[in-house]
Amino acid sequence: MIWLAWRQFRGQAMAVYGLLAVLVVILVITGPPLPGSGVARLTSAEDKVYNAGIMLVYGLPAIIGIFWGAPLVTRELEAGTYRLAWNQTVTRTRWLATKLALTGLAAATAAGLLSLAVTWWAGSIDAASQPSTLAHVVSVTGADAFASRVSPPVFGARGIVPVGYAVFAFVLGVAAGILLRRTVLAMAVTLAVFVAVQVAVLFAVRPYVIPAAQDTIPITSANISKLGVSGSGGVAELAVAGPRGAWVLAAETVDAAGQAVTAPPWTATCVMPPRQVSETHPVPSQECFAKLSALGYRQLVTYQPASRFWALQGIETAIFLTLSALLTWLCIRWTRTRLP
Amino acid sequence: MTAVLRARALGKKYQRRWALTDCTLEIPAGHVTGLVGPNGAGKSTLLNLAAGMLTPTAGTIEVCGGRPGSGPAQLAKVGYVAQDTPTYARLTVSDHLRLGARLNPSWDDALARRRIERLGLDPNQRAGKLSGGQRAQLALTLGLAKRPELLILDEPVAALDPLARREVLQDLMEAVAEHGLSVVLSSHLVADLERVCDHLIVLVTSQVEITGEIDGLLATHHRLVGPRRDIATLPADQHVISASHTDRQTTLIIRTEAPILDPAWTVSTIGLEDLVLAYMGRTARVGSGSGSGRRPALEVLR
Repeated sequence: MIWLAWRQFRGQAMAVYGLLAVLVVILVITGPPLPGSGVARLTSAEDKVYNAGIMLVYGLPAIIGIFWGAPLVTRELEAGTYRLAWNQTVTRTRWLATKLALTGLAAATAAGLLSLAVTWWAGSIDAASQPSTLAHVVSVTGADAFASRVSPPVFGARGIVPVGYAVFAFVLGVAAGILLRRTVLAMAVTLAVFVAVQVAVLFAVRPYVIPAAQDTIPITSANISKLGVSGSGGVAELAVAGPRGAWVLAAETVDAAGQAVTAPPWTATCVMPPRQVSETHPVPSQECFAKLSALGYRQLVTYQPASRFWALQGIETAIFLTLSALLTWLCIRWTRTRLP
Repeated sequence: MTAVLRARALGKKYQRRWALTDCTLEIPAGHVTGLVGPNGAGKSTLLNLAAGMLTPTAGTIEVCGGRPGSGPAQLAKVGYVAQDTPTYARLTVSDHLRLGARLNPSWDDALARRRIERLGLDPNQRAGKLSGGQRAQLALTLGLAKRPELLILDEPVAALDPLARREVLQDLMEAVAEHGLSVVLSSHLVADLERVCDHLIVLVTSQVEITGEIDGLLATHHRLVGPRRDIATLPADQHVISASHTDRQTTLIIRTEAPILDPAWTVSTIGLEDLVLAYMGRTARVGSGSGSGRRPALEVLR
């Protein structure tokens, strides 16, 4: 049975692994940028590779779900060949289990390899990532601010979670195929459900699987990252950079009593003076911040610290692998009871 | 008589439509049994149930002493060549043989290679490029080389031209003679069945109309032609299968074990096709005539 499963799968496997090999070669040739240097300032080519790497690691599981998962059973149903396969001396449970195991393993390996290559390539950038602040934006020579690896755009493209995504997307495709019995429809549903599950996990699960840390941070000229001024001249929005490498979930300004407030209206003009003044005072005045902190205004930040990266990775991978196991069980059950 | 297939009150429902209802039949071992009936009689459903492709909604079915599709041991006993003889279009002929060898412990590789060679199939050709007849031969080879106790063929030659049909059936017959397996073969082409089968089952709307060895059936059925008369006046041992009347003449097809003594009749033998058609037509007429038959019920469901 393994022979048949491989014989049917090898074309698709070679297509994906071929592309994967090309990508890995490109990453190895370009090499990780600025090895050892603490500051990440990328050339435009490196910047493209960095972003493409993130997109590819996110894209691969979807591709696996659509092109490996969905057609796995529907192709047999549409061509009628299931009637040939199921009448050899192999039960359909073993038939499906073998196909799931072989292709699932290939999916996990492909995602693991790609993630490994991209994580290695971007290692120095991830290490150098630091929160974006106004000081960075103002100073021309500062480092580019890259998202930390624990925060959303990067987290899913590093470490071991892509393996969980890929296995899940694959089994999801198979399950959709068994239920819908039509390849194209199953492909579309696989993509929609996979994206929906990833978004749901990002917003509803990942921030809460480990209770978030909270810290109060003084507002300083060095860490202020955002200041929005409302039409009436008051402060609409004020943010500071969270702890280095952290994923900031929420931030609010609190007063001396610890109550959530908006910063006093004078902060806006004080921190960001009108243009003609700011030319004479290029740096925000320290007095404002001293006054703010003297009055007890601080920033209360809720965040997932950088140190939890691997814990969060492990938990999320486990979640996706558990979902995959559940779907596998359903697939085998449905193949016995609902098909053809 | 040992039965290779035994169905009791067998029924199968798809969504809301019954494809087979209350079907009870036995198929004897060691025969080539032809299963014939009009479209929608439930032939394919019955064979799919026998192969374990479907599970019954009602009743029981037993094939070679086991429940169809219940495990590898049962799968090994039953070979099944599905309608349209599916093969993997992208796999070559020799890939298919390897598939059979890998997936069947009882695989007879010599038999398979011999057949492929004799048929003149190129082992390196993809199955998708084969003609319909060649594909049917390949599917049949897979079924035969598995060395099953029972080989089930669901309209294996329906899509083929007459020449290819004759070749496939001829081949099947040779293989059956050589290996002595039981075969159940469905078709709505009686002429095909006549060529290969020695046992016949006529299935109309899930019910067995007649079953028996073809020689015996042909010996006990007669066509009577004579002056017009009421069929109620026939002797009790003559069962009328079909009757047609003109103003002056009556033509009957009857079943009887006894000799026909009435000199008013001109007695002639009938062919298998006429026999089958007589039985298939009977149900339709009885149903629509009396209003209580099975045919109207079927139309309501449809």
